[in-house]
Amino acid sequence: MGYNWNWGILLAQEPGGTGTFLHYLFVGLGWSVLTALCAWVIALLVGSLVGTLRTTTNVWVVRLGNAYVEIFRNIPLIVQMFLWFFVFPELLPKSMGDAIKQMPPPWSAFIPAVLCLGMFTSVRVAEQLRAGIQSLPRGQSMAGTAMGLTQTQNYRYVILPQAFRIILPPITSEFMNIIKNSSVALTIGLMELTGRARAMQEFTFQVFEAFAAATVIYLLTNLIVVAGMRLLERKVSVPGLIAAAGVSAGH
Amino acid sequence: MDSGFDFDVIQRSAGYLFREGMTFTITLTLLSMTGGIIFGTILALMRLGRFKVLAWLAGAYVNLMRSIPLVLVIFWFFFLVPYIGAWLTVSPRPIQVGAFYSALITFTMFEAAYYCEIMRAGIQSIPRGQVWSGYALGLTYGQTMAQIVLPQAFRNMVPVLLTQTIILFQDTSLVYVISATDFLGAASKIANRDYRLVEMYTFAAVVYFIISFTLSLVVKQLQRKIAVIR
Repeated sequence: MGYNWNWGILLAQEPGGTGTFLHYLFVGLGWSVLTALCAWVIALLVGSLVGTLRTTTNVWVVRLGNAYVEIFRNIPLIVQMFLWFFVFPELLPKSMGDAIKQMPPPWSAFIPAVLCLGMFTSVRVAEQLRAGIQSLPRGQSMAGTAMGLTQTQNYRYVILPQAFRIILPPITSEFMNIIKNSSVALTIGLMELTGRARAMQEFTFQVFEAFAAATVIYLLTNLIVVAGMRLLERKVSVPGLIAAAGVSAGH
Repeated sequence: MDSGFDFDVIQRSAGYLFREGMTFTITLTLLSMTGGIIFGTILALMRLGRFKVLAWLAGAYVNLMRSIPLVLVIFWFFFLVPYIGAWLTVSPRPIQVGAFYSALITFTMFEAAYYCEIMRAGIQSIPRGQVWSGYALGLTYGQTMAQIVLPQAFRNMVPVLLTQTIILFQDTSLVYVISATDFLGAASKIANRDYRLVEMYTFAAVVYFIISFTLSLVVKQLQRKIAVIR
């Protein structure tokens, strides 16, 4: 087949002089995870807000929430990435837009990537949370109302604490999805794990070693995230409920 | 951009965008969907079958595909397919297959993992009695699956399969990373040639939104219809 395997390349120095190629890839993983964590904060905050608002009784708030979800769900991630990177700075006041465009290299791609992945994932969090809230027996909020709680108090003390515990398992896979989706940020120049594997391939022509190493690193990360979340799930599961695993399409 | 939003560039390039780009995107989506559902169903049958080795293999394949980013899978196949081609045809040199076939193989293989999980849930939702009555009538395993279980599983899962296909349609835009001229690739080429990034990417977003949103409404309608029959 004419392909020369050379696994030793992983321990060779990368041209930037920061260390071995393996080290270079792990720094990429660091960027993937950092991007994912920052985006996760946005996703949880915005997603919780939108998901909660969509279960309220105010028709216009619900409609606004629906429009938000449809917009972010029906545009491909890479197109959203380009919108945040190329279009968003143009919509801001000129001085602010220029400030964003002139940020030094990792940040000029990192910040749009975080905003993009955060908003993209917030929609999924919102959908999960809405489903979680609606899966609670109606008696829960009725009991809250009967005890004289206001709607806000009802959400704060009765509904949301239960809903969040119910949706933890599906939310886990969303966190893993952000780590995977952060690879799309290579299109706007963020050197995360996949981007670095591609760069390594361009430097060395050892295509399959580079991608195999990246694949193994992703698999290990996946295992660690899943194991961590299992622990958390066991801790917060609601006693007496059978976690319902729904089928849905998705990535 | 001091000249404001330039609608003219969209009008000028619309022919190219839809004739070249959208044709590529839609062809790729439909062919990968067909291939993905067929391969995914085979994987689902393997996972649920009696043979432990096959079940393990299919499970490992599905979990592998679901654990790594699609962009990385696209790169993998882009470089791997020429070597596999060379191996199959016993050619001494890697075979050039082009971006379209490379993307088609990638999306078929990748989406099969997701379609597999959907079909598996669909098959598992069929009451066991259906399988037993098949055997009681003297049908073989193959006949029971093909004529009793799969048609019902497929029908129950049509809305989810179609929703996955909308995701597939959006995901095909990632072929940008291997410089294929799909709809986004075409938009990006015009954007960079005419320096009209804001206009072209906004337009691309609007077009993807309209198509995906319309399709999702169709799926919702269908879901309601199927729910009534059941």
